[in-house]
Amino acid sequence: MSKIRVSTTVNGDAAEFLCEPTSSLLDVLRDTMGLTGSKEGCGSGDCGACTVVLDGEMVCSCLVLAPEAEGRTIATIEGVAEGSVLHPVQQKFLEHAALQCGFCTPGFIVAAKALLDRNPDPTESEVRYWLAGNLCRCTGYDKIVRAVMAAAAELRQERTPA
Amino acid sequence: MNAPSTMKPFRHVGTRPVRPDGVDKVTGKALYSTDFKAPGMLWGAILRSPHPHARILSIDTKKAEALAGVKAVATGRDLPTLESLVMHVGEGASDIVDVSHNCLALDKVLYEGHAVAAVAAASPEIAREALGLITVEYEELAFVLGLEEALAEGAPVLHDTVFTKGVDPKPDRPSNAAMRVEMGGGDVEGALASAAATVTGRYTLEPVHQGYIEPHACVASWNGDGQAQIWTSSQGHFAVRALTASVLAIPQADIRVTPLEIGGGFGGKTTVYLEPVAMVLSKKSGRPVRLAMTREEVFRATGPAPGAVIDVRLGAAADGTLVAADVEFLYHSGAYTANDAGAGVSSAIGHYRIPNSRVVGIEVLCNRPAAKAYRAPGAPQVNFAVESAMDELAGKLGIDPLELRLKNAAIEGDPQTTGLPWGRIGYVECLEAAKAHPHWSAPLGPNQGRGIAGGYWGNYGGPSTVNVSVAEDGTVTVATGSPDIGGSRASMAIMAAEVLDIPYEQVRAVVADTASIGVSMVTGGSRTTFATGMATVQAAEEVKRLLCERAARMWGVISDQVEWRSGEVICLDGEKQGQAMSAAAIAGRSFHSGGPIAAVAALSAKGWLPGFGVHICDTEVDPETGHVKIVRYTAVQDVGIAIHPDYVEGQIQGGAAQGIGWALNEAYIYGKDGKLDNAGFLDYRMPVASDLPMIEAVIVEVPNPSHPYGVKGVGEVPIVPPLAAVANAIHAAAGVRLKDLPMAPDRVYAALHPEG
Repeated sequence: MSKIRVSTTVNGDAAEFLCEPTSSLLDVLRDTMGLTGSKEGCGSGDCGACTVVLDGEMVCSCLVLAPEAEGRTIATIEGVAEGSVLHPVQQKFLEHAALQCGFCTPGFIVAAKALLDRNPDPTESEVRYWLAGNLCRCTGYDKIVRAVMAAAAELRQERTPA
Repeated sequence: MNAPSTMKPFRHVGTRPVRPDGVDKVTGKALYSTDFKAPGMLWGAILRSPHPHARILSIDTKKAEALAGVKAVATGRDLPTLESLVMHVGEGASDIVDVSHNCLALDKVLYEGHAVAAVAAASPEIAREALGLITVEYEELAFVLGLEEALAEGAPVLHDTVFTKGVDPKPDRPSNAAMRVEMGGGDVEGALASAAATVTGRYTLEPVHQGYIEPHACVASWNGDGQAQIWTSSQGHFAVRALTASVLAIPQADIRVTPLEIGGGFGGKTTVYLEPVAMVLSKKSGRPVRLAMTREEVFRATGPAPGAVIDVRLGAAADGTLVAADVEFLYHSGAYTANDAGAGVSSAIGHYRIPNSRVVGIEVLCNRPAAKAYRAPGAPQVNFAVESAMDELAGKLGIDPLELRLKNAAIEGDPQTTGLPWGRIGYVECLEAAKAHPHWSAPLGPNQGRGIAGGYWGNYGGPSTVNVSVAEDGTVTVATGSPDIGGSRASMAIMAAEVLDIPYEQVRAVVADTASIGVSMVTGGSRTTFATGMATVQAAEEVKRLLCERAARMWGVISDQVEWRSGEVICLDGEKQGQAMSAAAIAGRSFHSGGPIAAVAALSAKGWLPGFGVHICDTEVDPETGHVKIVRYTAVQDVGIAIHPDYVEGQIQGGAAQGIGWALNEAYIYGKDGKLDNAGFLDYRMPVASDLPMIEAVIVEVPNPSHPYGVKGVGEVPIVPPLAAVANAIHAAAGVRLKDLPMAPDRVYAALHPEG
């Protein structure tokens, strides 16, 4: 089986890779491109640890075939911070101790940022339902939800003109 | 939220700084098991049994070996033949022969998913293809999954070498009853006969999985000279070393295990499944080999917590004083003898003063994956039965369920089930805190009800090694052998900074590999903040003493004439009186004053105390669908002293969420063919964010006098009370007493509509 050549954009940079027709986007990100921040918890789209944003849409990268990335734009956890400056969602996760083992954290942060990018003022219920595709077994979600709400509040302040 | 009952004012203990490993984890930089690659690494895969019980007649690997890209194939014949040896490594005891046969089956497969052969190849695709080329000839055997079925006359016996332990005289034939544990005393039958009120019930639970999001994975590299390296995510890299070396019959010092970040464990990562197999494949191929489980493999082949059948009888006097308890339960061991029955017996009724009691637990072998520790192993199952029965008893007596618990709650000096007296426990303090909490008296809406349950777990101490060293600029490194599963690097840094009275940021804590620090037991049993914390404090104290000694030498005074104050040494006497010397000044000249400043504490921590918790749960039961919604949840727990309250709350909240999942949704579901039907997160449904409310963690602090900062340990207890708290809340909301978990909508609906 010959490999497929794919041209794409990852975290703002042009990227090219060769992959099997059956490879998942997650496998290519992790094993070919070395972007291991996206995690594989299930490989079936049930845990959300591999969440990335593809052309503005939140997806489980384990359910996307790598060749589908052709000509598209991918944002992963590695691109959430601006250099060494953390995104407010990342900062609030730290301040609120919203992680224990941290394995699900990249998926939660990518998903939470995707929520706040389209809804800057979510209710607690909206946060809980938006994040319902991300499994966390350590925290009981309490501190995660609080961190996302706090990040939303901070982002709203940043956006408000002085 | 914190009860301000600390022994003395602290500068760092009780604060909530950001964890040192935090930025790596929110940016995706932290390396977990499958994030690590070794140069030239091969990809492994494991062939698993499709049968729940079968004899292996032959395994033909020739075609797989001939496939291009396949570099090694291994079967159980590649592991050395071992003598039976029970090792107390990990969480609980295990026979090394069982560990070996669980890694790769030898003559028999004992459950669907049991590893039979393994392949290492140039790519994951080739490895998977090679598995399909291995031919295994099986002779299928009758299998048994149920607890009572496994003990019935004529049941298929898994091991002809197992004669029930704990029974005198030794039985004359092997059976699936692996172990029997009994505790208690007094005249149970007499007391029950004369009790004013009694309750009787049979409770059942299915096995559940720990559900860590990171599947098991490792990389092993074993060279021709006998030396090896393993990179793995586990709750104890020293346990990985000991078990792998024992399975392979090689010296432990020949294996260096480097701990990668661990993506959850909850007790399930305290043994080895993959490491010995990856080692064999590496030796055969001469290359590093990665083995990683899929989620399906995790469900089919790694340890669930045991399901149970539990019979309970309780009796009380008219004023609510408990007079007798009779508890007998069966726990699934799965394929090999497990360890939960003993812990279950000692965790069943010890939170109450009961003069006449009999508690019996039996480990039952059956054709399921070998049970492994899961958060407070052994306790939640039996606690569900006992705390449900307490609720029923309160109803019969017409006494408030919280008051009934308070009336009978054990205090320091009361006998445990073992007969030994309790130490400084905090059950009464937790019940009082629950009673005083606004949640307990808040109004309820339609179809809502409130339940309460209390529970405990013994916690543990044990061996830990810590190295505290001072850099030339006075900053401090704390190296431990305890994997950090939920913020323990922050707790260790807090404790060392507290001893040295220096800023938290001047102390960095790391988890060192097995060649770089002394032996440390697994991170489990709520032991790490207690035991590794004790070693951290001891080593930091020694560093402080060394710094004082060096300063005294540099000033030309005796050690008694200096004192450690606010992170520096003060001269108390002589011409330098009043002068101060910082750690940086001392350490900067340490090479000329006696050498580098460092101290190792290697200890086996004693004086641990159990944790007690009381949970309040409000449910809303939908009468039309049987769906149960958790509308409010409060978890009160005595933790001794909270070193980092955020991570203490996090443990309590996470444990409560796991308990809620166990109560409402989670269960292993098997088909009539003996195969697991729900080996994935879609069908094995763990709680998601929209299933839960905020979980309020209320920290009660009754300090442990045996720990320098009063720590008791946190992680285990919070999964104990939720099962009964939810069941009792459902009873309060809908008037039905559910005794079989999970309390999924179909069961609740059936209970609400007994006419069908």
